[in-house]
Amino acid sequence: MSSEFTTDQTRRGALKCLAFGGAGTLFVLSGGVLAPVNLALGAARDGQAAKAGIPLFVQISDSHIGFKADANPDVAGTVKQTIDLVNAMPEKPAFIMHTGDITHLSKAEEFDQAQQLLSGLKVTELHTVPGEHDVIDGPGAEYFKRFGKPSGNRGYYSFDHEGVHFVALINVMNFKANGLGALGDEQLRWLEADLKARSASTPIVVFAHMPLWTIYEPWGWGTGDADQAMSFLRRFGSVTVLNGHIHQIVQKVEGNITFHTARSMAYPQPTAGNGPGPGPLKVPGELLPKMLGVTSVTIAQAAGAPSLADTPLA
Amino acid sequence: MSLRAVRHALIVSMFVGASLLGPASAVRATPATDANSFIIKDFHFSPMSLTVPAGATVLWKNLDGEPHTVVSIEGLFRSGGLDQNDSFTFKFDKPGTYRFVCSIHPQMLGTITVK
Repeated sequence: MSSEFTTDQTRRGALKCLAFGGAGTLFVLSGGVLAPVNLALGAARDGQAAKAGIPLFVQISDSHIGFKADANPDVAGTVKQTIDLVNAMPEKPAFIMHTGDITHLSKAEEFDQAQQLLSGLKVTELHTVPGEHDVIDGPGAEYFKRFGKPSGNRGYYSFDHEGVHFVALINVMNFKANGLGALGDEQLRWLEADLKARSASTPIVVFAHMPLWTIYEPWGWGTGDADQAMSFLRRFGSVTVLNGHIHQIVQKVEGNITFHTARSMAYPQPTAGNGPGPGPLKVPGELLPKMLGVTSVTIAQAAGAPSLADTPLA
Repeated sequence: MSLRAVRHALIVSMFVGASLLGPASAVRATPATDANSFIIKDFHFSPMSLTVPAGATVLWKNLDGEPHTVVSIEGLFRSGGLDQNDSFTFKFDKPGTYRFVCSIHPQMLGTITVK
């Protein structure tokens, strides 16, 4: 844990139920403001915590199946650990969202292994968006062969669950020369139409692999035309934008929109601008599990707004 | 153009100039040599540009832990994903200027001039 946060006891008590293992930081959305809170883990499993929320879904990201280098020679092992962590959650979330870079090199055998590992999840509903590593093979043939159905092979789609509207976007095709991700006009037109019919009180959760806000342009950590997407989202009272790609937690709140990136299941990356490029970061073995993990999202029954909790593997 | 690129361009033009004095074998395939190679390191093609004789085979080798690709902007060639220490070669038959990017990190640009 990189920093300590203080909070009032009432809130801490209400959040205990969200901690499902490991040490981590919990993020609470309250009136559109994301508040990081230290997890009180010991109390989380005593069964005394009030049932304050519905486990909505778990976000997993950047499994990079096929990666074999020093930063993590056993990616299958850490992905398996992540799956065990999710399976051990006291209350099952409705679905799992994988925010891309399922594979390292888009190879058929990597997708085979990834699907075989992910089939170990006790939560059977799996949603995905592709990362740039999943669509290296030209138009992204292997990814769409396996995960293209919900989007009609377009890569973007939406669905509803528990009154929340979920939007899955693709921003890893048709890169512009600045290296940032791109949504493209066709997808933006679809998004505008998809959101138009929703009331402003509908909680919206948006998924995409690359961050939908510019974290660090020299490394391509952003999406060039994300501002247009945000212009359609600003009128909503609660918007949660969940991304992967950068293998570390970075968050931002802008009005009612909360942006959050997830940890990887495979290997960490350096913080923005720290080193020659966004390649795999080799850390001492005992530190690795602390830098990998998952994000769980819960709807608090009282507030109705989703809460985010990040849990490392150890 | 950076100083390094200018210096490189000078060296390449000297090399090309010298080779023109030799036997007229420019149309024969030339195996990839250090002079006809790019390395990919720290999210850059190095050198950023290269001049080779027609018929030369150019090699790209990725030294980064992150995969890269070599994709011709003009659509002439496409490498597929190059993992660490993987390489890709392409033989350039026709004179011209060919630009390429890494399709995963398109801020990575390179140029080949075939004389």
